[in-house]
Amino acid sequence: MTGARDLLTGGAEEPVRILDADGTVVAPDVVPELDDETLRSMYRDMRFCRRFDERAISLQRQGRIGTYSSLAGQEGSQIGSTYALDDEDLISYQYREHGAVVARGFPWEYLLYWAGHERGNEALADLNVLPLNITIGDHLPHVVGAAWAAKLEGDDRVAVAHFGDGATSEGDFHEAMNFAGVFDVPAVFVCNNNGWAISTPAERQTASETFAQKAVAYGFEGVRVDGMDPLATYAVVRAAREKARNPGDGQRRPTLVEAVQYRFGAHTTADDPSAYRDEAEVERWKAKDPIARFESFLRDTGRLDDERVDEIEDEIEATLSRAVERVENYEANPDEMFEHVFAEMTDGLREQRDSFRRLYGEYGDAIRRGDE
Amino acid sequence: MATQQTTTQNLTLVQAVRDGLYTEMSRDSDVLVLGEDVGKNGGVFRATEGLYDEFGPDRVIDTPLAESGIVGTAIGMAAYGLKPVPEIQFMGFIYPAFDQIVSHAARLRTRSRGRFTCPLVVRAPYGGGIRAPEHHSESKEAFFAHEPGLKVVIPSTPHDTKGLLISAIRDPDPVVFLEPKLIYRAFRGDVPEDDYTVPIGEAAVRREGTDISVFTWGAMTRPTLEAAENLAEAGVDCEVVDLRTMSPLDRETIVESFKKTGRAAVVHEAPKTGGLGGEIASIIQEEALLYQEAPVERIAGFDTPFPLYALEDYYLPSVARVEEGIRNAVEF
Ligand SMILES: Cc1ncc(C[n+]2csc(CCOP(=O)(O)OP(=O)(O)O)c2C)c(N)n1
Repeated sequence: MTGARDLLTGGAEEPVRILDADGTVVAPDVVPELDDETLRSMYRDMRFCRRFDERAISLQRQGRIGTYSSLAGQEGSQIGSTYALDDEDLISYQYREHGAVVARGFPWEYLLYWAGHERGNEALADLNVLPLNITIGDHLPHVVGAAWAAKLEGDDRVAVAHFGDGATSEGDFHEAMNFAGVFDVPAVFVCNNNGWAISTPAERQTASETFAQKAVAYGFEGVRVDGMDPLATYAVVRAAREKARNPGDGQRRPTLVEAVQYRFGAHTTADDPSAYRDEAEVERWKAKDPIARFESFLRDTGRLDDERVDEIEDEIEATLSRAVERVENYEANPDEMFEHVFAEMTDGLREQRDSFRRLYGEYGDAIRRGDE
Repeated sequence: MATQQTTTQNLTLVQAVRDGLYTEMSRDSDVLVLGEDVGKNGGVFRATEGLYDEFGPDRVIDTPLAESGIVGTAIGMAAYGLKPVPEIQFMGFIYPAFDQIVSHAARLRTRSRGRFTCPLVVRAPYGGGIRAPEHHSESKEAFFAHEPGLKVVIPSTPHDTKGLLISAIRDPDPVVFLEPKLIYRAFRGDVPEDDYTVPIGEAAVRREGTDISVFTWGAMTRPTLEAAENLAEAGVDCEVVDLRTMSPLDRETIVESFKKTGRAAVVHEAPKTGGLGGEIASIIQEEALLYQEAPVERIAGFDTPFPLYALEDYYLPSVARVEEGIRNAVEF
């Protein structure tokens, strides 16, 4: 029998897979022991992600939120990997991996962030999620530092980073991996290899055969997993988490997980993928849809039926509609700009704020930049 | 401007970038472009559109996602004798390359006593106002203007964009070429089809006036001119100077204008503290103190991180704020 720990040592080439594209269990000995409620909750969260995506894209099209990066196709990896963690584990993700937030409870303010308000980040702190990261690769050393701090403090927490295949090209990725190995920190690196970094294919990012094998150079394990299989991702990340806290003889704590998957949509709402990729490729990957696959599994094993699916759907719609409504009713005070720059506002900044207030009082919204 | 200008085209600023690259790459086979998504995709703003098909993958190069790698290898190519034009997708992502730019591009000539040089142009779109995500809106030209050995250029019209970009590519030293993306497509202007240059280091007086000199650059040029027109109706006659090159600054034009008006304002999107407004005020102090009738007014971004887009229009200097600032200086 393949023990959970062995999942990490199974070599790098063929991704670990538990569910086939049609939902059939292909590796019965490593199916994670999850109760029905948890499995349904994972399914619900994956659907939530997909719906959130659709709503966000349509809100962006209507000019009601800003540029948005779609998760569609990557829900399995996101939800599987986040369910594998404990609530205390710290997560830092790139900008696409909304599933980390959804799996931790989706505060409505998350949508506020995408509507252009920093306040949307506030609620994430309660979920042990750092504000998302747009400057590619920069957050990886932070995750290593947080994991290192947990180790120094004797805490039982791990720190987890999500990032794309593109991010592995940045220097910060390599520095983070190196520190993680040298200081043997309880970190899990989840590389969401979705095949593309905007228009750049994964083959252009690296001449390595796989992204997972980069871990070898840093002295710890790298493993490939089918990122469109939530159970496989769960199992692999769970094993990585266990090892991070409790490494076996000769093992190092960190793991690099390469979750192989595909970005169904455009890079962001500002991108047009027809300039660089083939629609046929997209269709091939869509046949492996993580949600359909997981749904088949749950239905086939008697855990899900039409009635429950409808219930889930209604609940998602209701939650999202409430979030949209609250975002639309949110009125920012321009003063917020000056807040939280420092613990204590400096004199110079107070002066700038006061002079802004004076002008705002006098001119009202006429003080805003127009489309000149 | 040695060449004859036969035909002109009506281009946007971003099309003028593309045209400048195209023109210079056609003329000089040492010129090449490298960066993220610049090839097949033609750049996220389409600034390199069609160049990949025209010049092939060895001269229009899609790189891995690594700014230090992009600029660092460009430095090696430049030292070897090529003329690379690396693109940084947004100015906010230039920092991984900061070390390469300031520690190496800016100093290779000095350190090798002129034996190695670094004729490259780092292009990057910069500035706010397009409802972009975090880190996509900053204006940090002062970081680079602060660095000896670097030239920093910011065009504000399609015509200048092409002419300045060609000058930058032909320049024997490294140039940071910042493109105001707010006005990438905001308007069109006449751009000669031939190659021509606009000299680096020369400001342009966009509006002559006698009451106050207003210095600005990039996307702030338009609201400043609009404010100047509004103020003209109220009897204030502004001279508006578009600096175009942030390093080296055109001290002569700055001082000459100031001596005429005795008052000055500077308009920039960058945070006020440490912004180039302070540098311009100092030049005025050094060279024309006895002409000065009022403090130099700085109309700038606030000393806060650039806010997410819901508040960015309060952060950026608006026509109303520019008018208010100019009035302060005039009524002092
Ligand atoms: C340091 C940095 N450089 C460039 C960019 C512009 N950019 C945004 S996303 C992206 C591609 C990222 O690809 P990947 O890491 O594979 O993640 P994905 O978008 O595929 O999830 C690029 C180049 C950036 N955000 N940060």
